[in-house]
Amino acid sequence: MAIRRILIANRGEIAVRIVRTCRALGIETVLAASAPDRDSLPARLADRTVCIGPGRPGESYLKAEAIVHAALATGADAIHPGYGFLSERPALAALCEAHGIAFIGPTAAQIESVGDKVRARAVAEAAGVPVVPGGQVDSVEAALALGRELGTPLLVKAVGGGGGRGMKCVTRLEDLAAAVALASAEAEAAFGDPRVYLERFVVSGRHVEVQILGDGRGQVVHLGERDCSVQRRYQKLIEETPAPGLSAPLRRTLHEAAVRFGERLAYRGAGTVEFLVDVQREACYFLEMNARLQVEHPVTEAVTGVDLVAEQIAIAEGAGLRFEQSAIEHRGCALECRVNAEDPGADFHPCPGLVREAVWPEGEGVRVDTHIVSGSHIPPYYDSLMAKIIVHGPDRATALTRLAAALAATRIVGVATNLPFHQAVLAHPQFRAGAVDTGFVARLLERRAAAEEIAHHG
Amino acid sequence: MSLTAADVEKIMRLVEESSFDELTLELDGLKLCLRRGTAPAQATAAPAPAAEPASAEASLHTPPAAQAGSPAGAAAATEEGVCEVPSPLLGTFYRAPKPGAPPFVEVGALVEEDTVVGIIEVMKLMNTVRAGVRGTVTEILAADGALVEYGQTLLRVRKSQ
Repeated sequence: MAIRRILIANRGEIAVRIVRTCRALGIETVLAASAPDRDSLPARLADRTVCIGPGRPGESYLKAEAIVHAALATGADAIHPGYGFLSERPALAALCEAHGIAFIGPTAAQIESVGDKVRARAVAEAAGVPVVPGGQVDSVEAALALGRELGTPLLVKAVGGGGGRGMKCVTRLEDLAAAVALASAEAEAAFGDPRVYLERFVVSGRHVEVQILGDGRGQVVHLGERDCSVQRRYQKLIEETPAPGLSAPLRRTLHEAAVRFGERLAYRGAGTVEFLVDVQREACYFLEMNARLQVEHPVTEAVTGVDLVAEQIAIAEGAGLRFEQSAIEHRGCALECRVNAEDPGADFHPCPGLVREAVWPEGEGVRVDTHIVSGSHIPPYYDSLMAKIIVHGPDRATALTRLAAALAATRIVGVATNLPFHQAVLAHPQFRAGAVDTGFVARLLERRAAAEEIAHHG
Repeated sequence: MSLTAADVEKIMRLVEESSFDELTLELDGLKLCLRRGTAPAQATAAPAPAAEPASAEASLHTPPAAQAGSPAGAAAATEEGVCEVPSPLLGTFYRAPKPGAPPFVEVGALVEEDTVVGIIEVMKLMNTVRAGVRGTVTEILAADGALVEYGQTLLRVRKSQ
């Protein structure tokens, strides 16, 4: 079935990104937007915009019924959910399935299997994919027993969670009971699911994920990995591919494990299998699978030349995979910085408001995915992502040089951004050397806070 | 208490985001006046949403733009006591309780705040729309069976005193 009109159930830069590929493919777009997003850049670019509700996501972007109704009423054949919002809610995929609309993503059943961390772990184990030692705990007593068995440090996570919410690190067993109770309460509030599980915390770990594409019939290919270790409180800030400093066997292990995981599910569409790489042990463990397009997908596109949104659409049309594993080549290195409207000088507080001026970089190997132009409003209801600055170069050194120049050429007036933070990371010798672990940002910020303290009193 | 440059910047941002055109702030020994734009406070109502960006190749018809950010459930007043009744949600608008039945209201009908003026169906779920204002229906803009968006004007009512 050829898709001729896609309803985009998202906003911001990813909505712009999806429109761009649809235009290239001659597919019409309908944007389902909230009232404050009616005049946003994606609304201007889409062939048609329908207003689905007020600003709060619960009354607009999270209303699966309103979105499917809008798709049916505007004659859309397919819905692209982007990332976040309804992208990983089985409800939207199921409604699409029930109404003959192609959901550009996995099946509702696949979303369910990977959305629940305990079930996803079971899939990983069945597929022979290594997992971090740990398990679900239903009581404080069970948590203590498992905690003693695993040893500290431990990580308490929400079964239904994501994005770092409901996640706690425990270094002393006597703090475990309180951490489990808190994580459970947070998880209940955020995801409506109080279940938590416990796993061994890898002290020096890197976050490396593998992009896969599956045809839904059991064939799966990978498009290499991305290193997303530059994170602050589990929020990714800088991503790159290839992951620097991985040994060839470990890299191959990661790729093969991700493909096996996808094959086990007969996964359909684009997905990402996340791993924790234990630097000291040269080992990798399955973390979770994201059953959607990732924010950081452009770095993969830069080095492979594959348009992941176009492939998602082809798979949703039933065209399957349009290339074999051997046809995927990786050229050079790509990095991405997430430019957020948040103030690194004030504990990264979000800074919504009017962007009086926005100048984005251009040039060789530079790509900017954004919905922000001069005069754009950043509403307070959504995440603070303003843009992704992506650079590509024949090697990491060239890409880093291009990224520094691109950041320097970026000018945002009206709202605070995390650009100074990105520049500090980029200038850091450890980051320049490559292969930092997920604790890098926290240590960097601690040192800076300490230095400021000294400067104040000195 | 004094204000730093950053404070002033923050206050300016707040004013910009607000619906106010002017702000005067007096703190001991300090007076801050902020005015939006260059012209003195304009008497006109807030401008309509930016011109519709109808792309030439688009084969889709864009319906009349809904008032951006108009609150649901409340009739928005326009000129001389005429109120607009906005759609509280996206869905299919029906003027009558069932096919063939007489419409809930016609032009000229007297409505109370809680008078049902239509139904909006979202995935087979029927939601009643109430006038939200007391007066006389002057115009019905949304067609029966048409897709209406959140905030789109369904009908106009001249308010009675």
